[in-house]
Amino acid sequence: MDSLTNFWSVYSNLVLTLGTNSLLALSIYLTLSCGMLSIANAAFMGIGAYASALLTMHYGVSFPVALAAGMVAPAVTAFVIGKPTLRLSGVYLAMATLAFGEVVRIAVLNAEPVTGGALGLNGIPQSTQWWHVALALVLTLALLWRLRQSKVGRAFEAIKEDETAAGLMGIDVGAHKLLAFVLGAAIAGLAGTLNAHLTFFIGPNEYGFDRAVDILTMTILGGIGGLNGPVVGAVILTLLPELLRSLKDFRLVVNGFILVLIVLFLPKGIWDPARIRQWFGRKGTPS
Amino acid sequence: MSTALRLSNLSRHFGGLKVLQDVNLEIPDGGIFGLIGPNGAGKTTVFNLITGLLPPTGGTIEFMGSNLAGRKPHEITRLGIARTFQNIRIFKEMSLLENVMVGMHSQLKYGPVGLLASSGLFRSEERRARERASELLSWVRLDHKASDQADNLSYGDQRKLELARALASEPKLLLLDEPVAGMNSTEKTELMGEIRNISARGYTIFMIEHDMRFVMGLCEHIAVLNFGHIIARGGPEAIRNDPQVIEAYLGREDDEVTADGVTA
Amino acid sequence: MLEQQLVNALSLGCVYALFALGFTLIFGVLGVVNLSHGAVFMVGAYAARAVVARFDFPLWAALLFVLLFCGLLGLVIDFLVLRPLRARNAPHLIPMIATIGVAIILNNGVQGLFGAENLRFPSGLVSEETLSLGGLHLTALDLGIILLSFALMAVLLLALKKTQLGRALRAIAESPKAAYLLGINVEGLFLLTSFVAAALGGLAGVLIGLYSNALFPLMGQPMLHKGIAVIILGGMGDIRGALLGGLFLGFAEVLSVAYIGSSMRDAVAFGLLFLILLVRPKGLFGSQQERKV
Repeated sequence: MDSLTNFWSVYSNLVLTLGTNSLLALSIYLTLSCGMLSIANAAFMGIGAYASALLTMHYGVSFPVALAAGMVAPAVTAFVIGKPTLRLSGVYLAMATLAFGEVVRIAVLNAEPVTGGALGLNGIPQSTQWWHVALALVLTLALLWRLRQSKVGRAFEAIKEDETAAGLMGIDVGAHKLLAFVLGAAIAGLAGTLNAHLTFFIGPNEYGFDRAVDILTMTILGGIGGLNGPVVGAVILTLLPELLRSLKDFRLVVNGFILVLIVLFLPKGIWDPARIRQWFGRKGTPS
Repeated sequence: MSTALRLSNLSRHFGGLKVLQDVNLEIPDGGIFGLIGPNGAGKTTVFNLITGLLPPTGGTIEFMGSNLAGRKPHEITRLGIARTFQNIRIFKEMSLLENVMVGMHSQLKYGPVGLLASSGLFRSEERRARERASELLSWVRLDHKASDQADNLSYGDQRKLELARALASEPKLLLLDEPVAGMNSTEKTELMGEIRNISARGYTIFMIEHDMRFVMGLCEHIAVLNFGHIIARGGPEAIRNDPQVIEAYLGREDDEVTADGVTA
Repeated sequence: MLEQQLVNALSLGCVYALFALGFTLIFGVLGVVNLSHGAVFMVGAYAARAVVARFDFPLWAALLFVLLFCGLLGLVIDFLVLRPLRARNAPHLIPMIATIGVAIILNNGVQGLFGAENLRFPSGLVSEETLSLGGLHLTALDLGIILLSFALMAVLLLALKKTQLGRALRAIAESPKAAYLLGINVEGLFLLTSFVAAALGGLAGVLIGLYSNALFPLMGQPMLHKGIAVIILGGMGDIRGALLGGLFLGFAEVLSVAYIGSSMRDAVAFGLLFLILLVRPKGLFGSQQERKV
């Protein structure tokens, strides 16, 4: 038991971060599964983090309420900007979400009296327990899995393949895209809230372009063929920096290489059910 | 005979280009109606207007007592119009069954609450979707390939899949955009039979086609579109012998269909 | 005072325009949003400083060196990353994501090699003289930037409009397949475009490095974001739009700093970008038609 406690005291943050990163990867997966590349989820994470942290720090709200606020705030924001933004497609949408992310970061940076500006917020109550993260992950996975098995999931996939044809199937394309966007924002906000109440301190630069790219890399690394992919990608990319500590600054260079190599050679990501089946088949073991 | 669809003074202009001008058409209930015309006459634009992919510049589209003009595509589908495409737009990464199930989207009656709670309604509706999708695939004799990925189908089978998927939304009016384009004669004859079967089940069919023999063999009522105007309407015999139609086709040297189809 | 700000605005705007020009060329001709352009910009600045500090290059030689070095870098990026993706007809977003990876490699690589602190160009590189024109003071740097930028823009615009090469590039921009069928060496021109665009980006990096006298590994990031704002403002793929958009942004930024305050400076670009995307996504000159493959 002793070694377990030791392990936990050293690595608890890491394990919990695996959980929150998985949530973030799933949030991007959700929008990607509907054909949208949104680089705004890091900003939504930040909105959730700041909203919940301010509530717990200054108003002493209970953790469950903070969690709810951390999901509602980004969801509402997503709803408001979603309506006009989601009319854009492909590259334009990606650019718009990137711009939005930067606007949020700059706004937070400049709203010093409220957000602490560049110095961030210090002294957030460390309320997150491992079971919070586990529960959040399980519930999110369950929700996304249920969606996939329903007409909503099929609608997302149809929209991703061919928006026009999807509309002619009776699918309200705009409403579905908005749903994916808002839900993705809520999940990112949840991750942000859990993360903020784990790390004690948050600052505006944690929710900028770098974070957005990190999340995107996890999702693409893992693959978006199913729900396992994003989680696998999150686990790998969370553990990798730990293993590569000795490389220091060049650690992130590895991330860049991973992204390029995956795009070039493994476009469906690591967790590609079809390829895995094929691989096992060739080895003579039925999967 | 009652009218399923009525186009009145329908026009569509793109800047200075008048693609459709004052098109008047009545599609009767329960039959097979054909719209033919030389390349570039504006036929697909008519379908794009009916299904809401483009707004008309003028005129009305009456269906089931409402004007479709200005409505969004998914609303129009829910009112009872389904469509296939000239260049086949099936969902390639989904199985055949899933393709048809997507077509049933508007028919499934559960909401978000039922979905989350996995209510009885959710489960029975999903089961109904699977069963109906299988049934529709069997209508076009593709049920044995239900779990195959749509990408792997032959060209002719892909067209049949699109047909089954269009039927999934329980349409009252089925729009077929060049259903036999690119097919050989065996495939065409087979599809002609499929379409007749579907018509016999009570669906109203409105098709655009190039292949004159196909249209003459299948459609009871035909209209001819040339340069955005309707120049003739009537039954196959009348159309075949209409001097304006003959001139419209013969006048276009690049249209191979002329001698082959019109005077056959 | 306002007039002096206008000089600053013009200089800044010129550099923005040069950067946006490279960015737009890649989008217009190759059809890719190259998010490593900011990193190439940064590499240009660092490369210039390296040859000046280590080998005592005079400024003009450093500029030439950067043009070549960054041009080659752009070529390598195209050859190793973008070309294979072209060969398999990957959907638009995929090359964009790959260029994000390239940017990460370059940004963090440079940080690993040179450290994260601000670096400066050695003093005395640019003459300290100023030119006085009716109350306006233009430093040698201002003049250099403005003249060089306008000269390059003029050359490029003329080349695109009047030469066979330019026509070929415009043909590719409309439809690579059609251009190929016309006998145009599409792949070769892709490589050339990558070279020229990267060279311009690197050059912009040196100019900004001299202008602000602060080099840091992530200096390309805000520039990239502004470049995106500029080309969307001017219309993606449109050269005139990139130039005018760059100048416009330069003015908007300088004036907003003068009248509102410097903290919101970077937000100006994004605010504009967001507005434009909502109101008129095709920008001032662009046409949002999908490129015919």
